[in-house]
Amino acid sequence: MTGISHDASASVPPAEIEDMALYHPRSWWTKYVFSQDAKVIAVQYAVTALSIGMVALVLSWLIRLQLGFPGLIEFIDVDRYYQIITMHGMIMVVYLLTALFLGGFGNYLIPLMVGARDMVFPYANMLSFWLYFVAVMLLVISFFVPGGPTGAGWTLYPPQAILSNTPGQQWGIMLMLVSLIIFIIGFTLGGLNYTVTVLQARARGMTLMRLPLTIWGIFVATVMALLAFPALFVAAVMMLFDKYLGTSFFMPTLVEMGEQLRYGGGSPILFQHLFWFFGHPEVYIVALPAFGIVSDLISTHARRNIFGYRMMVWAIVGIGVLSFVVWAHHMYVSGMNPYFGFFFATTTLIIAVPTAIKVYNWVLTLWRGDIHLNVPMLFALGFIVTFVNGGLSGLFLGNVVVDVPLSDTMFVVAHFHMVMGVAPILVIFGAIYHWYPKVTGRMLGDLLGKFHFWVTFVGAYLIFFPMHYLGLMGLPRRYFDTADIMIMPASAHTLNAFISIMAFIVGFAQITFVFNLVWSLRHGKPAGPNPWRATTLEWQTPQTPPAHGNWGDELPLVYRWAYDYSVPGAKQDFIPQNEPGTLTRGGTA
Amino acid sequence: MVIAVVLVLIVVGSVLFHFLSPWWFSPLASNWNYIDDTTVLTFWICGAVFSALLLFVAYCLFRFRHTEGRKAAYEPENKRLEGWLTAITAGGVIAMLAPGLLVWAQFVQVPPAATDVEVIGQQWLWSFRLPGADGQLGAADNRLVSPDNTLGVSPTDPAGQDDVLIEGGELLIPVGRPVRFLLRSIDVLHNFYVPEFRAKMDMIPGSVTYFWVTPTQPGTYEILCAELCGVGHSYMRGVVTVVTEEDYQAWLSGQATFASLSL
Repeated sequence: MTGISHDASASVPPAEIEDMALYHPRSWWTKYVFSQDAKVIAVQYAVTALSIGMVALVLSWLIRLQLGFPGLIEFIDVDRYYQIITMHGMIMVVYLLTALFLGGFGNYLIPLMVGARDMVFPYANMLSFWLYFVAVMLLVISFFVPGGPTGAGWTLYPPQAILSNTPGQQWGIMLMLVSLIIFIIGFTLGGLNYTVTVLQARARGMTLMRLPLTIWGIFVATVMALLAFPALFVAAVMMLFDKYLGTSFFMPTLVEMGEQLRYGGGSPILFQHLFWFFGHPEVYIVALPAFGIVSDLISTHARRNIFGYRMMVWAIVGIGVLSFVVWAHHMYVSGMNPYFGFFFATTTLIIAVPTAIKVYNWVLTLWRGDIHLNVPMLFALGFIVTFVNGGLSGLFLGNVVVDVPLSDTMFVVAHFHMVMGVAPILVIFGAIYHWYPKVTGRMLGDLLGKFHFWVTFVGAYLIFFPMHYLGLMGLPRRYFDTADIMIMPASAHTLNAFISIMAFIVGFAQITFVFNLVWSLRHGKPAGPNPWRATTLEWQTPQTPPAHGNWGDELPLVYRWAYDYSVPGAKQDFIPQNEPGTLTRGGTA
Repeated sequence: MVIAVVLVLIVVGSVLFHFLSPWWFSPLASNWNYIDDTTVLTFWICGAVFSALLLFVAYCLFRFRHTEGRKAAYEPENKRLEGWLTAITAGGVIAMLAPGLLVWAQFVQVPPAATDVEVIGQQWLWSFRLPGADGQLGAADNRLVSPDNTLGVSPTDPAGQDDVLIEGGELLIPVGRPVRFLLRSIDVLHNFYVPEFRAKMDMIPGSVTYFWVTPTQPGTYEILCAELCGVGHSYMRGVVTVVTEEDYQAWLSGQATFASLSL
């Protein structure tokens, strides 16, 4: 078993560069507001993302009010309905999930888990957050401008996105596109930072194959985002040109309400290719950090090494590469050349193989473990259920011919909510329960955490599992009014009402989480440095919460991989990565 | 321990829901039973994987839950097990993909005998154009759309003069004969979707897209727009009725042609 990641007998290489000089804050402003400490920036990202996420949660209630109880609330007219679904989708995908996983968890965990003092470009890191903040503010402002936010659907498909029968033509669409552009600039500053930090600032002894899977997930997702977001960036710029400068990148000759517009010669499909060239990797940009984090949660709380670490790493890398050649499975019925379907269905189903390997290895990590059903573990288990469910329904939609009847129906809505809504959000919750003690020094309340888990997990499953069958029946998505659809029996409307009620319950349960976050800040049980008895470096800091610079005088030295749990012959059931010794020749040796 | 029980309940509940709930595909009215068959096959494979995985997790949670003195096994890798699981997964994927691609090959190849029916979408109305006695549709272009020529049919193309135009009305098609739907849009994206036919396709201004279908069941079916097309999206409905050949011919001869409308 020599030469593998978990062989701790190799010595730590000598230092090659000097320790990093840090910017030390001089005032309250530079310590807490314009901070250059990645940990503060992480909290800023997380608080901003969760706050705008609460807005998206309220929007989802309004959507469910309309679908479950149409006409009950007069406020939700058809214009507002489309604005609500658009903003809900965009906020959740980009401004909550992407920002929280990469900006939030990435900033907090990368320097700590690789054994660095901070991100390598702290100033750019600060700019990254403030650009993100401006992007979020533009979104918020768009709710209050004349005409309101755009109602083009989160996919913003032209031509309708910039024409007059879609709400938000006055200001909304412009603010949306500009906000995305600023978000991408901000993300690029952060993303380059995360990438360079992982590649260049690891502690001595922290080889790539000793990195915790959390870092592998965030790292590969960041590289993907750096390659994918430019496609969205140019699409947003081109659409702004079409709207305001009279170009026709995406606009063919068309007649709107009897009037010939000045456009001609452009291609709406071009936008879809650009959008999904970003949009599909985006799914994995959200999923890969979740995969990484959940691997570490399961391993730590099952007191067992992650099963098949090297396969897990290669699966992450493989999924990252493959996800760039599957984008057009979102476009099987878009009117692109139908022969593309053969290629994209094949690549899409191939991606199921590395994804399945990851699931097997999570499950095999539980097998013969010593499973502690702590709150983070419960959320990790909830993730496995919802991710497997959503991943499998992806095999329906990826297989081109099965997609034809299901595309653009509620089946798709159910699928992507299960796989990239509920599943990663359960990981976010699990991760917050797991790392909150390190961030604040106090534990989150256990009983409230369990209540939060059960309502969220069971409720979300009851929302989205039955929803697939509405789509199977043929109910299209993005319908304001589902009354009088011939294929819909009365029972389907009852089901819609049931789904809505579950959505209200799950939404209200999130209040317990917010309360727990605030209350535990002062009243939580003191956590100590390593409450979960975990191996990774962030739990080995001299102070909890870690001070600026993370490590005191001496940077940690890394002697082993991140998964030395329950090593035969060891005194404790975990050996931290920075503990020297040869007693870890793994497994059967 | 509750979680292990809940996982078992999720498996049992999901399977029961699948078989007992009243919500399922709308009754099929076209030749695309192949699509339904592939979907059902996918349900069986995915359902088996879902159940097996969750039951195994439930077993692990029950069997390996923390008790005083339990120690986890230390086994970083097991190449044989990982190899087998990869191979089985690949087999399952091929079992779904292969029939899927075979059916897709049928879907993209329009039978030569298919008759053309043009469907034109605009906010928020379905219109149709059928070839006249010459059996072909004349040219059309959005640049020609005007108040007198709302579908943009070329006035100079002789093939278009006898085309039958139905603006905002009901479409009839004959049972048992393959139809190729040619799809156009005047303004934004739309999607021509009849759930009972199983097929759908986006309509793009500036392009002509298509799919084909052989209606097998006479009856009246609703056309739904399945691509967000502005605020009227959910109200963009139409009706297609599948009738016998005689009824179809009788109906067709009563319709107005492009030439008669342009007079």
